[in-house]
Amino acid sequence: MKEFMFIFRLKDIGDFKPTAEQIQERLNWLAGIAAQNKLVDQGNTLSPFPGSAKTVRPGDVVTDGPYTEIKEFLVGYIIVRTETIDEAVEMAKENPIFKLGGNIEVREVIKRK
Amino acid sequence: MILNGKQLNSNGLLSELFRQEYGKMIAVLCRHFGLKHIEIAEDIIGDTFLKASEHWAANGVPENPAAWLYTVARNNAKDHLKRVTLFETKIAGNLKPDEAAPEPGFEFAGEHISDSQLAMIFAVCDPGNSTESQICLALQILCGFKVEEIANAFLTNIETIKKRLQRARTSLRNSHFQIKALSGPDISQRLDRVLKTLYLLFNEGYFSKTNDHLIRNELCAEAIRLTLVLTENPLTGTVQTKALLALMCYQSSRLDARTGNSGEIVLFDEQDPTLWDKDLIEKGNYYFVLACQGNQASKYHIEAGIAYWHTNPAAVNKWPHILQLYNQLILIEYSPVTALNRAFAISKVYGHEKAIMETAKLKLTGNDQYHKLLGFLYETTDPGEAIGHYRKAVQLTRAKAAKRVLEKKIEQLENKNGG
Repeated sequence: MKEFMFIFRLKDIGDFKPTAEQIQERLNWLAGIAAQNKLVDQGNTLSPFPGSAKTVRPGDVVTDGPYTEIKEFLVGYIIVRTETIDEAVEMAKENPIFKLGGNIEVREVIKRK
Repeated sequence: MILNGKQLNSNGLLSELFRQEYGKMIAVLCRHFGLKHIEIAEDIIGDTFLKASEHWAANGVPENPAAWLYTVARNNAKDHLKRVTLFETKIAGNLKPDEAAPEPGFEFAGEHISDSQLAMIFAVCDPGNSTESQICLALQILCGFKVEEIANAFLTNIETIKKRLQRARTSLRNSHFQIKALSGPDISQRLDRVLKTLYLLFNEGYFSKTNDHLIRNELCAEAIRLTLVLTENPLTGTVQTKALLALMCYQSSRLDARTGNSGEIVLFDEQDPTLWDKDLIEKGNYYFVLACQGNQASKYHIEAGIAYWHTNPAAVNKWPHILQLYNQLILIEYSPVTALNRAFAISKVYGHEKAIMETAKLKLTGNDQYHKLLGFLYETTDPGEAIGHYRKAVQLTRAKAAKRVLEKKIEQLENKNGG
């Protein structure tokens, strides 16, 4: 079994207003992975609210938020366990984030010893 | 005739007292002798009950039977100590007792008993034990079950139980756990394990493999009795403990309704709700309210929540709530049972088709309950597929009563299909 991280991204902070139904759908989706015993880490949500993010750059330059230059920001991650990346991709496809205009990056995790 | 009647009466009372008092008496004596000498405590208590059965049959049951037992046990213990001291001073010379000097007197009263009993529960629940031997040990030492009774409950032979007990008893004897009022560190180190043991003990009764209704009820009752002891102490009566007790009360309320005439399990939907025990549901509500003070939601809270919804068959939105709770439960701890129950809840909320998709993903092909659920979900849309899954379930099921229920379903489907 390999491990894959799902990295969730949304386009705009204004997108981050899921309906109760979408929240339920997401929880069903996450629990559905756990029910297959394939959830390694249920991850965390990265705060989308203003003032909760800073970016540190070379030369002591600190800017507010991750969203000054890119139009997409990271909202969270989980780690799953599957045989292949294709199986992980199939899992990701069922997530309701696409209804909010978001996307999911699937990345294989190389574990540090 | 009169003697026979009396004997029966005192025997019935004795076995009841044995369940109630055995564990407490062992605990009080181990407080003096140390766990290293638990066999001495067991001998003394065994002898006490033997004396009681003889004496009560001949002279009638004393006015306060428990006090009688305590007095005899105390005297037996003192006699034993006298013999040991005599041996040590007169015969063995300077041989020293290997434990710290025992406290003077054997107090079988109030706080002393409850403290000792509580400490004994913690001593027995050693995280080093395997789950199976853990439950056997708890049944033997805390509940006074005989080896053959344990074997009966587990549908296994005496030799297997003896083997399971042996290692656990050795590590109990060699542990440095002290039977005295519990300290904070003892509790924080072992409370999780204690709760888990009582939870498993209860489940062993509730989901038992045996068809023996009496054994099942007794295991559940013992688990409740011990959990009640924990809730009565402020240090161990945490919100988790109360949630576990609430869960046990809710589940027990259905014990009579879920067993058919030949010992088979009656499914929830087919149960007669008038057979549910209202008092136990009330007790469950009482402890569940206490458990929800504070903002912790343990696995026991979630399971109690699910059991609570099941006590309200007509509640609106019952199944969405139950699904929500199963979602939370599976995120806390994976188990095939939870995964299958969650899939069943999905069928109630989103319909059978969606539930079939979710169940198929679980790939628990060696699990009888998996095929039973798929059989149920396919019944209306694809009877052929349903029969196939029910057949696999029959192959994988060991309990005879459950096999019969499945075979009846297959027969019904075949008749419907053919006609």
